[in-house]
Amino acid sequence: MSVAAPRGLASSGQKPIAEVLHPLAAAEEPLSPGPDVTVDDGGDQEAVLTNGTPVETSSPASASSLFNRLQLEDDLEADARDLYVSTETRDLFVTVDDPKKHVSTMETYITYRVSTKTTRIEFDLPEYCVRRRYQDFDWLRIKLEDSQPTHLIPPLPEKFVMKGVVDRFSEEFVETRMKALDKFLKRVADHPVLSFNPHLNAFLSAKDLNKRQGLALLTKVGESVKQVAGGYKLRPRPAEFCAMGEYLDTFSQKLGTIDRIAQRIIKEQSEYLTELREYGTVYSSWAGSEEELRRPLEGVASSVTTCCGALEDLSENMSQDFLPVLREYVLYIESMKNVLRKRDQSQAEYEGRLEAAVLRKQEDRTPLPLEVEKCQDKVECFNADLKADWERWQSNKRQDFKQLLTGMADKNINYYEKCQSGWESLITLLQDKQTEDKTSETN
Amino acid sequence: MMAESGSSEVAVIGNVDLTSTELENNIINTMVERGTALLRRMEINVAEAEKRTGKNTVNMQETYTVYLIETRPAETIAEGGTPAAPDTLWRRYSEFELFRNYLLVTYPHIIIPPLPEKRAEFVWHKLSADNLDPDFVERRRVGLENFLLRVASHPVLSDDEMFLRFLTDEKRWKEAVLETGFQDKVDSRLKSLSAMFRVKNPDKQFTALKHYSDDLNTIISQLLRVRAKVADRLYGVYKVHGNYGRVFSEWSAIEKEMGDGLQSAGHHMDTYAASIDDILEEEEHYADQLKEYLFYTDAVRSVCRKQDLIQYELEMAVQDLSTKKQQKEELTSGTVRIFSLKGMTTKLFGQESQEQRESKLEALDLSIHEGEEAVNEKNRECKEFLQTAWGDIERFREQKDNDLREALISYAIMQISMCKKGIQVWSNAKECFNKM
Repeated sequence: MSVAAPRGLASSGQKPIAEVLHPLAAAEEPLSPGPDVTVDDGGDQEAVLTNGTPVETSSPASASSLFNRLQLEDDLEADARDLYVSTETRDLFVTVDDPKKHVSTMETYITYRVSTKTTRIEFDLPEYCVRRRYQDFDWLRIKLEDSQPTHLIPPLPEKFVMKGVVDRFSEEFVETRMKALDKFLKRVADHPVLSFNPHLNAFLSAKDLNKRQGLALLTKVGESVKQVAGGYKLRPRPAEFCAMGEYLDTFSQKLGTIDRIAQRIIKEQSEYLTELREYGTVYSSWAGSEEELRRPLEGVASSVTTCCGALEDLSENMSQDFLPVLREYVLYIESMKNVLRKRDQSQAEYEGRLEAAVLRKQEDRTPLPLEVEKCQDKVECFNADLKADWERWQSNKRQDFKQLLTGMADKNINYYEKCQSGWESLITLLQDKQTEDKTSETN
Repeated sequence: MMAESGSSEVAVIGNVDLTSTELENNIINTMVERGTALLRRMEINVAEAEKRTGKNTVNMQETYTVYLIETRPAETIAEGGTPAAPDTLWRRYSEFELFRNYLLVTYPHIIIPPLPEKRAEFVWHKLSADNLDPDFVERRRVGLENFLLRVASHPVLSDDEMFLRFLTDEKRWKEAVLETGFQDKVDSRLKSLSAMFRVKNPDKQFTALKHYSDDLNTIISQLLRVRAKVADRLYGVYKVHGNYGRVFSEWSAIEKEMGDGLQSAGHHMDTYAASIDDILEEEEHYADQLKEYLFYTDAVRSVCRKQDLIQYELEMAVQDLSTKKQQKEELTSGTVRIFSLKGMTTKLFGQESQEQRESKLEALDLSIHEGEEAVNEKNRECKEFLQTAWGDIERFREQKDNDLREALISYAIMQISMCKKGIQVWSNAKECFNKM
């Protein structure tokens, strides 16, 4: 099969960015999300309304505030994006914020505000503002996975939460989840191929998501995937994909170790905090039986209390900001491994069919069937997509971890600064008193 | 002002003026600045510690530590000259103990400075409780030097002859101190410390002091206990960070651009984890300062106890005199006011002869006279004790306030230094992360 017209960005293989056509440039070309997706989901492209979820009317968010918020994020991630989308050409901005609790007779759940700002013509309006719940994000992810199997789909935070162990409605949990959802959506929106997926469009702009159709499609695609897996034996991975697999395994292991270390630190800090609190109260107690020493002792008690507060902040931050990001990356690694496996299956199918066809050719001299060539294309596209996504993922990973670890260092620096100032104020207090006493002595 | 006691009143003590030397003293307490005659002419150090082995009293081999006491004249060094070589001698801990016991018995009205602890207490887990551990020995060396300087800076104790001998006469000091016969008094002192007696009119100030001293003992013990637990936990926090060093190193092996940054950051994490050892070692010095005052409370209680004893003896003497006077009165008036078997028999079997009466009266008079002298003696002793003891107590109070305040300041400085180190390490790590 010859390639008649330019395709979507990432499928173009290793062309430098300048040569690759911007999706919007090829005006006549209908946008095709991926090579092996049937056009059945055309129905989803229009935002069909079937009531299920109560949502806000899609009134555009305040333009300038949204833009400002997004602009800030840009600066941080500018380096990573440079490879594929420079800030000037970025034309889709998304944000997840404003969690709200909804109570209905059937259930209680949280919705988040999803704000979009875009200049893309695929969207009817320049701005959107909808409310979505976790289920909706999950729906989006499944649709993306099904419709873009050759691409790495960013992970979502954990779906199931054990009731009674974690409070699904606590501020911290909601906050952490929201940040992860925001990250997920941003990663999708920044992806040169995924961001043009019609499901994303529906997610961002539709008043109500029609999710029932999605379920049907899931079954269909699920079956086809099974067919592929069942039929063909797996072949050895090409070297570069092997290297990827090994890297992912080791990396995942190291992240697991870091997670355990961080948890241990939090535990040790908590025990330290308990003792420190008691320590402070002993000084307070002592101050009560002294005269001259009362103020210095109370001062020490107060400095110790300052340190306790600072430590609490540090530990909280580690729990709420550091650990979740770490865990999310482990999920991301799993996603990447899945894509590798799918690629393997695709390769297996191709090579299987090829073998069979070659045998038949030898027997009755029929040319290689079209489907074998299709498979070959499929594999080559898959490999190309995967490699591109890999580079992109590596670059993002570097940026993300840089940010995560410098953040951790910052919090620790902050903790020590607070403690230091607490003790320095004690010294000032004691030295003032000293000069006070000196002058009264000489009088 | 002392009100002379009646038959059952006890001596009442008014305010005792501070001596002029106390007033002159600087608020900033460095003991060497306190001008005792001894310190003006002599510099004292406990310079070193050494292990020795020898046979003990039951003829068994034992290992013990000796400490080198150095003394040198406290003259300003001549220009370009080197300080004169010091006189030195070696002493072991048990000799210090003997000397201190001598002081306790000889100066019961003085709060005798304490020795560093015999065995390590209030240890956090990493600290050794072994007496031969070099860190323990070092801290003990400092504590012994501190003890000598405390004695040398005390207006009364510094003049003691045995002290001078302790510092300068290695061989014959022990003999000399035993010749003072203080050991006999040791037993009676121990007895008095543990005796249970009730004073009818306890001195209010001394009672308050005793309570304060007990409170201080309790609170410092508690503080030291909790501090040891805090140190333990802090140690754990720092050491776990060392694991980051290892995992960053392993991780850097599979990375390309991120590798160097991760690796160097890992080294900083190792540095961070290692830094806690020095930090906590330094903090032990603060703990030692608190311990000194913990042990001081025992000395204070000793003085209070002694005062109680003297007071009790005075009360007993007064009561004794009063009884005797009663008896005389009875004898002269013939009436029996106080029931006694003698009185009853006299009533029943007739009075004594005039001669018998008169001889009895004479004996009583003598007894009364002795009794009066005893009361006067006890009164004087009491007065003197109160005066000298209270003077020393005021001196001690001021010293305690200054020393503990200084200790708190230096503790705060230690904490600040620890924070600065933390900021430094994490800033270095942050720089490495930025280069990832």
